[in-house]
Amino acid sequence: MKFRVERDALADAVAWTAKSLPSRPSVPVLAGVLLRASEGRLTISGFDYEVSSQVGLDVHADEDGTALVSGRLLAEITRALPAKPVDVSTDGSRVEIVCGSARFTLPTMPVEDYPTLPDMPPSVGTVDSAAFASAVSQVAVAAGRDDTLPILTGVRLELEGSTLTMVATDRYRLAVRELQWRPEAPDTSLTALVPARTLAETARSLGSLGGEVTLALSGSGTGEGLVGFAGGGRRTTSRLLDGDLPQVKSLFPESYSAEARVNVSELTAVVKRVALVAERNTPVRLSFSDGTVVIEAGGTEEARASEAMECEYKGEEMTIAFNPTFLTDGLGALNNPVAVLSFNDPFKPAVLSGATTEGEPDTSYRYLLMPIRLGN
Amino acid sequence: MGRSQELRGGPPPKDPEVFGPNADDTGCGILHVDMDAFFVSVELRRRPELRGRPVIVGGAGPRGVVSSASYEARRYGVRSAMPMSKARRLCPKAICLPPDFAAYTEASHAVMEIFREVTPLVEPLSLDEAFLDVTGAQRRLGRPAAIAALIRSRVAAEQQITCSVGVASTMFVAKLASTRAKPDGMAVVPADRVLEFLHPLPVAALWGVGERSAEVLGRLGLRTIGDVARTPVATLRAALGKAAAEHLHDLAWGRDPRQVNPDPVDKSIGTEVTFDTDVADHEVIRRTLLQLAGTTATRLRRAGMMGRTVGIKVRFADFRTISRSRTLMSSTDVTREIFRTAWELFTALGTRERIRLLGVRVEGLLPADAGVWQPHLWEPRYGWREAERAVDAALERFGAGVIRPASLITRRSPDKKRGVGHT
Repeated sequence: MKFRVERDALADAVAWTAKSLPSRPSVPVLAGVLLRASEGRLTISGFDYEVSSQVGLDVHADEDGTALVSGRLLAEITRALPAKPVDVSTDGSRVEIVCGSARFTLPTMPVEDYPTLPDMPPSVGTVDSAAFASAVSQVAVAAGRDDTLPILTGVRLELEGSTLTMVATDRYRLAVRELQWRPEAPDTSLTALVPARTLAETARSLGSLGGEVTLALSGSGTGEGLVGFAGGGRRTTSRLLDGDLPQVKSLFPESYSAEARVNVSELTAVVKRVALVAERNTPVRLSFSDGTVVIEAGGTEEARASEAMECEYKGEEMTIAFNPTFLTDGLGALNNPVAVLSFNDPFKPAVLSGATTEGEPDTSYRYLLMPIRLGN
Repeated sequence: MGRSQELRGGPPPKDPEVFGPNADDTGCGILHVDMDAFFVSVELRRRPELRGRPVIVGGAGPRGVVSSASYEARRYGVRSAMPMSKARRLCPKAICLPPDFAAYTEASHAVMEIFREVTPLVEPLSLDEAFLDVTGAQRRLGRPAAIAALIRSRVAAEQQITCSVGVASTMFVAKLASTRAKPDGMAVVPADRVLEFLHPLPVAALWGVGERSAEVLGRLGLRTIGDVARTPVATLRAALGKAAAEHLHDLAWGRDPRQVNPDPVDKSIGTEVTFDTDVADHEVIRRTLLQLAGTTATRLRRAGMMGRTVGIKVRFADFRTISRSRTLMSSTDVTREIFRTAWELFTALGTRERIRLLGVRVEGLLPADAGVWQPHLWEPRYGWREAERAVDAALERFGAGVIRPASLITRRSPDKKRGVGHT
C-alpha cells in the first residue's frame, strides 16, 4: 500500500473514525483503524462491535493494499503533522508516514483478525445535516446517562411520513423535537432507539460538513437492529438499543392555566447565579406574579439567594420549583430568544418552548420538566 | 427517676378515680412505662431476703452516687444522684449494693421485648423507661388502659419487677402520669381532662424546665403549669427566648407534637436475609428484593427519613460478597423505587450464580420533612408514595401482612432465618 494525501483531509478522516474506538478494547485489534487503498480511494474504518465509522477520501494511490494501525496514535500523529502532503506506505509489518521532514514508523496489527464492519442498512430517507445536528443536540440533553438504565440513554427516532420526531427522557425531564425530512417512501412509519451519545457525536460531525444526511435503518426492535447515518463521504452505523421509551404523548397536559414568557438569556443567567447557593439536587423556586418572576434558592438554615426579573405572566400567582440544571438545560436548548413556560400547578409537569422576539411561538421543540416538590 | 418525688407535689385530684386506671382512655394511645426503682428491683430478684428493707444501689467509691434506691430507703430522703456518703448518713441501716449493669441491661432487654410484642412503636428512653404508641394495637389487645394493665402484669409475672404506666394522648402527659402512678400503679389522663391534670403541677414538671428556667419563671410569679398557660407568649418570650417560650406554652396547654420514634437517627437503614438454601432462581431473588425493599421503606417512613443512595449486598454460595449502589435523583422512602433500583443493580450484575445472602440498604438519610423530592414525569400527584403511606396506616391498625405486594402473597416468605441488620 502506498498513497499520498492532503494532511487536513487525512487528519479529519482519522479523527472521525478514531473517536468511536474503545479506550479499553476487548481485543487489541479493535484499538486499530483499518486503512484500505483501492483504485484511487482511501477508506478508513473503526469498529467496536457497537458503533462503526467509515470515511472515504480520494488519494493519489501508487499501490493498493490494507494496513491496521493504532487509531489513537494515528489520530495524534496526523493532528500534529505540518500542513504538507502526507505519504503513507507499508513496509513489511510496518507503516511509514512521511510529511515534510517528519517521519513516523508504526507497527501494524494483523488485518485478518479485524472484524468485518456491518453493511450499511437500507436507506430510508434524507434530512438537512445542519438542521439534524441542531435538533439532535436539543433532544440529547434530556437523555439519561445512567448505563444501568440503558433504555433511557437512547433517543427515539420516529419516522412518520415527512415528519421526523425525536424524543429523549431521563424520567425527570423529556425533550421532543419535530422536523421535516424526506423519506424515500411517503408512507414511512418506523421507530428506532439510538444511543444518545453516538447520535449526538455523529450528527454534530455530519452537521459541520453541510449537505444532507442519509438515514438508514434495519431490523428495529429485534435486538439485531442497526441504524446508519451517511453524508459527505462518511458513514456511521450503531446498534440500536433494545426496548422502547415509555409512552410520552399523554404526559403533555391538554391545557395550561398559567403561561410565563421570559427572555431566555436573562433567565438563564439569573438561574445560574441564584443556583450557586442551591446544594446538589435542591431546587430553584420560581414565583410568578403579574409582570415579575422572583427566582430563589437556598433554605432558612443555609445560604440563600433571590433575584427578580421581568416576565410576561398570565395566571394566578404561583411558586413552582425545579432542579436548576434541568431548567438551564432546557433553556439552553430552546434556540429562541424568548422562553414560554406553560404549567398548571406546582405538581404537574411544566412545558418549556420557545418564541421569537415578536412573540411568534415555536412549538417544534418542547421540553417537559417535572417540578420538585417542596417538603412533604 | 430523679425528680419524680418533687413533682408529685401538686394538690391531689378531688376525686381519686379521675386519673385512675378506670378513667376514660379514649384517644390515649401513648403509654409511658417506667420501672419502679429498677436497679434495686433487679437486685431483689436474686436476693429476695432484702425485700421490705432499705436498699441502695450505687457506686462504692468515695465519689459514688446513688443509682437507685428502694422505696423504703426513699422514705429516709435518699434520692437518685445523691452522693452515697450522704445517703448513708440519712439512712444508716440501708444495704448498699454495687451496680451490676450487665444484669440491668439484660433485664431491660427482656422488658423492652415485652413492649415490642405489644407494638413495634417503642422508643426506649433509658434502661428503665420507654414510650409506647399503642394506637395500632387496640384492635388486637383492647383499650389503652387494658394494654397498660397487660404490660404491668406481664412484666411482673415474667420479670418479677414492678413498673408504673402513664396513659395519655401525648408523650409529655403520659410521662407525668406514670410519675403520678408510682410505685406499681397506673394513671390514665383522659384526653379532655389534660388541662385539669396539668395545670396544678409545678412548672418544673414541664419538659425542658430545669432549675434555671424554674427560677426565671418563679421571678415572674409563675409557680404552676397553669400559671404558664395563662401567661401571654410574648411575656414568656422576653424571659426565656422565642423557642423555649413557644415550647413551654404549647406544653402548658397540653400540646406536644412529638411522636413515638422507634428508630433514632441512623446513617443508613436496611435489612438482609440469609436463605435457608442457596438460591439461583431470579424469580425468588426478585421477590426477596421486593420484600427487603418493603421492609426498608417502611422503616424509613416510620423513622421519618428518606435516603438518596440505594445499595444491594450479594453474598454468593462461596462467600464472595459484593455491594453495588446507585445514587438517585432525589431522596426516597418508596418501596417501588427502592425495589426498582435494587433489582436493576442486581440484574446489572448479570449473574446466574447461587446466592446465599441478599441485602438492601438506603443511605444518605435526611429527615423526610426537610427533603425536597423530585418526582418523575409519570408520577401522579398522589402516587406510590401516598399509597404506601396508606398501607403503613393499615398495617398499623390491622397488623402485619394485611396488605402486601401481590407477588408476595401466595408463597411463604423465603427467609426463615432473617438476619436483620440495622446500623
